[in-house]
Amino acid sequence: MKILRVLALGWAMHFKMLSRSAFDGVLGVVWPLFFATTAFFMFRAGAPSSTLLYASLGASVMGIWSATSVAASSALQRERWSGTLELLVGVPTHFALVLMPITIAMSTIGIYSMAATLLWGRFLFGIDLHIVHPVLFVLAIPATIASIGMLGFLLSVSVVRYRTAWALGNAMEYPVWLVCGFLVPLSLLPGFVRPISWALAPTWGIRAIRESALGGSPLPDLGVCCALGLGYGTLGVLLVETVLRSARRTATLSLT
Amino acid sequence: MRVFFVGGLLSYRALFNWINPWVLIPSFLIAPLFQILLFAYIGRAAHLESDKFYVIGNALQYAAIPCLFAMGNTIVNEKRQQTLGAVLATPARRIPLFVGRALPVMANGMLVAAFAFVAGGALLGISVPLGAVAPLALVIVLTAFSCTGLGLITAAVGLRVVDTAVFGNILFGLLLIFCGVNVPLDQLPGWMSTTAQALPLTHGIEAARRLADGASVSRVGGLLAAEAAIGTAYIVLGYTLLRVVEFESRRLATLDRA
Repeated sequence: MKILRVLALGWAMHFKMLSRSAFDGVLGVVWPLFFATTAFFMFRAGAPSSTLLYASLGASVMGIWSATSVAASSALQRERWSGTLELLVGVPTHFALVLMPITIAMSTIGIYSMAATLLWGRFLFGIDLHIVHPVLFVLAIPATIASIGMLGFLLSVSVVRYRTAWALGNAMEYPVWLVCGFLVPLSLLPGFVRPISWALAPTWGIRAIRESALGGSPLPDLGVCCALGLGYGTLGVLLVETVLRSARRTATLSLT
Repeated sequence: MRVFFVGGLLSYRALFNWINPWVLIPSFLIAPLFQILLFAYIGRAAHLESDKFYVIGNALQYAAIPCLFAMGNTIVNEKRQQTLGAVLATPARRIPLFVGRALPVMANGMLVAAFAFVAGGALLGISVPLGAVAPLALVIVLTAFSCTGLGLITAAVGLRVVDTAVFGNILFGLLLIFCGVNVPLDQLPGWMSTTAQALPLTHGIEAARRLADGASVSRVGGLLAAEAAIGTAYIVLGYTLLRVVEFESRRLATLDRA
């Protein structure tokens, strides 16, 4: 119960803080819209109109990853700059439980971008959103957000010793958009990319969202998406232990 | 001349904190390549244009990243380090002071665009006629020049706001949509393609595409002249805005407050 409380309160507090940030809040909504708009124009000019909904759903998830990649990669650095990292590490609660809600709050901010992209597509490009399995659609969204948040958690822990981790997170934005098939069918990508796509939860998340909206069986995709999210979480927790032990031993926790 | 060249270079080295391999490589070498790949593959999925179209458009457009952010950083970081007041209190002439800071930024933009062009082209297997290489280099210079003009406006905004990152990203996104980077101008609504005529990049990208298709320099002379004229107009506008905001900051004592 205490764990759930830490997670819920941490998530709510960071979600509120991020919502008030011009960079994470406003730009988080506007930035993916630029790419979504370009993609809508491209699909409208060259492809059959039926692909516009495919593109719209994919573009809407792009914002969730955008909200997570840069922010999560620099999450620990941000705590360092604020002088709160030592305090967070020093509290009796496991540090993973402190960091996890932060990255999930970051991916949750992407919901604004998702809604904005779908509305943008509806009102400016006339893309109607007919959802075949509404319940599964509603389930697929939080599952995708949570698993992307967990990927962000793993990312934030992995790059803890990288002082300019935001640049790495920034550079990972386009590759994940591409490799996870947000706008491009995976069949168009070279064969060696497929295993990378399969190992990334957003691939399965967008598949579940598309299958539930366009018709199909999203449950297996949803299952893989959640399982990968749990896998990232477990790996992240193990990594947190190693990273913190190393930082304590070498007294490098607060170094920037 | 010393303020222009030495001052500009020192300011760039001291204030543009992206010149660190850990930022430079992901931001200027990896990200543009993936932007090219992303749009080339979307183009393939949408059956719109050839890979060459996207390599040229996105490589040139990526020059805007250093041009917008480096210009903004040279002002915002000066303020952050509390040295802007001292710099503006000097009797140094403002044209070499501000425009000198733009020169290394422009060189940075050119290098990023050239790298993205060559590496993106190699990745997707596109080729251009040998005779087009020098004119394409000229196009890269002109587009970096015009983007630097837009960067001066970002710098002026940096005199009034705490962070120029949001503004720089929004400008980058607008250039992506409006300038025919990934969507042919005739496929955009009329008001957008009309607006694009007054923006940096539009004419440069068009000229580069024609040169890559084998057109001679004389055939694209008008486009090159238009890009140069737009760049000059933005430089003048950016410089004027910098002076106006500087004056207002003195008058209202807001230089350090922002």
